[in-house]
Amino acid sequence: MIEAKNLTKRYGDKTVVDDLSFTVEPGRVTGFLGPNGAGKSTTMRLLLGLDRPDAGEATVNGVPYRELDRPLSVVGALLEARAVHTGRSAFHHLLCLAQTQGIGRRRVEEVIEQVGLASVAHKRAGGFSLGMGQRLGIAAALLGDPAALVLDEPVNGLDPEGIVWIRNLMKSLAAEGRAVFVSSHLMNEMAVTADHLIVIGRGRLVADCSTEEFIERSTERSVLVRTPDGTQLAGLLRREGATVTRTAEGDLDVTGIEAPRIAELAAADGLVLHELTTRRGSLEEAFMELTRDAVEYDADVPAAGGVK
Amino acid sequence: MSATTAFATGSRPVSGGRGPGLGNLMLSEWTKIRSVRSTVWSLAILVVLTLVFTALFTQMGVSNWDKADAAQQAEMRLDPTGTILGSGILLSQLAVCVMGVMAIASEYSTGMIRASLLAVPRRVPVLAAKGAVFALLVLAVGEVTAFGSFFIGAPILDSKAPVSLGDPGVLRAVVGCGLYLALLGLFALAAGAIIRHTAAGITVVVGFVLVITPMADLLPGSVGEHIHAWLPTQAGFMITQQHSRAGDLLGPWEGLGVLALWTAVLLAVAAVQMRRRDA
Repeated sequence: MIEAKNLTKRYGDKTVVDDLSFTVEPGRVTGFLGPNGAGKSTTMRLLLGLDRPDAGEATVNGVPYRELDRPLSVVGALLEARAVHTGRSAFHHLLCLAQTQGIGRRRVEEVIEQVGLASVAHKRAGGFSLGMGQRLGIAAALLGDPAALVLDEPVNGLDPEGIVWIRNLMKSLAAEGRAVFVSSHLMNEMAVTADHLIVIGRGRLVADCSTEEFIERSTERSVLVRTPDGTQLAGLLRREGATVTRTAEGDLDVTGIEAPRIAELAAADGLVLHELTTRRGSLEEAFMELTRDAVEYDADVPAAGGVK
Repeated sequence: MSATTAFATGSRPVSGGRGPGLGNLMLSEWTKIRSVRSTVWSLAILVVLTLVFTALFTQMGVSNWDKADAAQQAEMRLDPTGTILGSGILLSQLAVCVMGVMAIASEYSTGMIRASLLAVPRRVPVLAAKGAVFALLVLAVGEVTAFGSFFIGAPILDSKAPVSLGDPGVLRAVVGCGLYLALLGLFALAAGAIIRHTAAGITVVVGFVLVITPMADLLPGSVGEHIHAWLPTQAGFMITQQHSRAGDLLGPWEGLGVLALWTAVLLAVAAVQMRRRDA
């Protein structure tokens, strides 16, 4: 179990992580979500003892990372930035890490096999593609067969096959009872991987709930209706208590009423329908909405039309 | 997900017990050094070049014997060992400086240090193991180079300034030369740990050895003389002299002690910094 208690980190007068508290439970994938610059990587570095917090504490099984005797068998970590000497082969990179904990050569070969790097194990890591680098990072994380994993943007640079592989890996690691803590700035990626979500913006906690709850809470169902009798139907639906807005194309965007009921009402009045589509507000948009006030690098994006 | 062994449960003590020993860490550091090809090559080239240059310079000394003035001839006759070790070894010390800085600064520049510190989150043992392995390696290579240089240089010099390993002070000078290189390597490694940047670290250390140290010799008066004599490489190199020369302010072991002191101070600063600074 990984625990952050009132973690705070400042760089100069900028507070990057602001009084952040959360728990990563074993047996599930916990997604760590936030826009770029929200403080995800810094939080992970604080958990892993690479940076010192200005206030608060991060512990693994109740112990600060820096006091762990054989950390690789407690927490496995993949950092966002590369952490490999470019002149060393994948095998020797893993071997020198393994040797610090008395982990044997056999285990090194095992994890190389597991992440699919066996054919390039003796090539210089400097020549690895981004995806191969990520796999090597995962291999290092798995080396000590740890009870918890901390993975910073693990799908970065992976091809679709690699993305599916890492999703399944994370799920199976959690199913084995491990705590898996994985960061991403992509809501949709987390929606399909994580069981639980911790969302931050500008270093502050924005949400800490199950993924299901997050999706339920943050998306609204709406029905798109395409009809030549728009004005009539809109009046009809409003009388039923629905909210109707006209889209730029002249279609109706209806909330507060289900599609079958719309069809019934239209049929009863003999109105023609060309299309009737139930839509779920995109999770990505909900996430943007939630973290809007907390986006670090605000770009002047023209407001996109669509779900309101 | 085929071969995952049973993973750690919460019941296993995670701290307060016996962590990995210095032996584990040294083995790991040894793997790091031997698995980067450039390090292995640099060391091999260093030995060969030093021996070649030692032969070249001593041969030149003998060929130009008649052109040298009386003082120079006297110095070579008095201290043939210092003459031999004062040629090619000058090249070795630069290579040792570069490798010492690289040994740790390259971990910072490649990001490897993060992986190293994730595996061993207590900073000081990492520095200790790295320093120990690097110093032992340079000591071994340094002794080979020192003895190699002596046995190449002595026969060349034999007609003008005969010397044998059994002469007083000779064995101490040759063995001490390897010690000097090992200490200098540690000195550079500590500087690399403080500066954390390969190019900047090399510039500072090599600049210190090649530029600052000779320039300090130009400082006026006895203050200047003392500053010059107590600079790390100037002091440490005293060990390679068979006999003290006129005007030496430090004896051979005193000189090496001064270098050791510099190195110890720099290592202490590096250790404190590693503990305090974010990786």
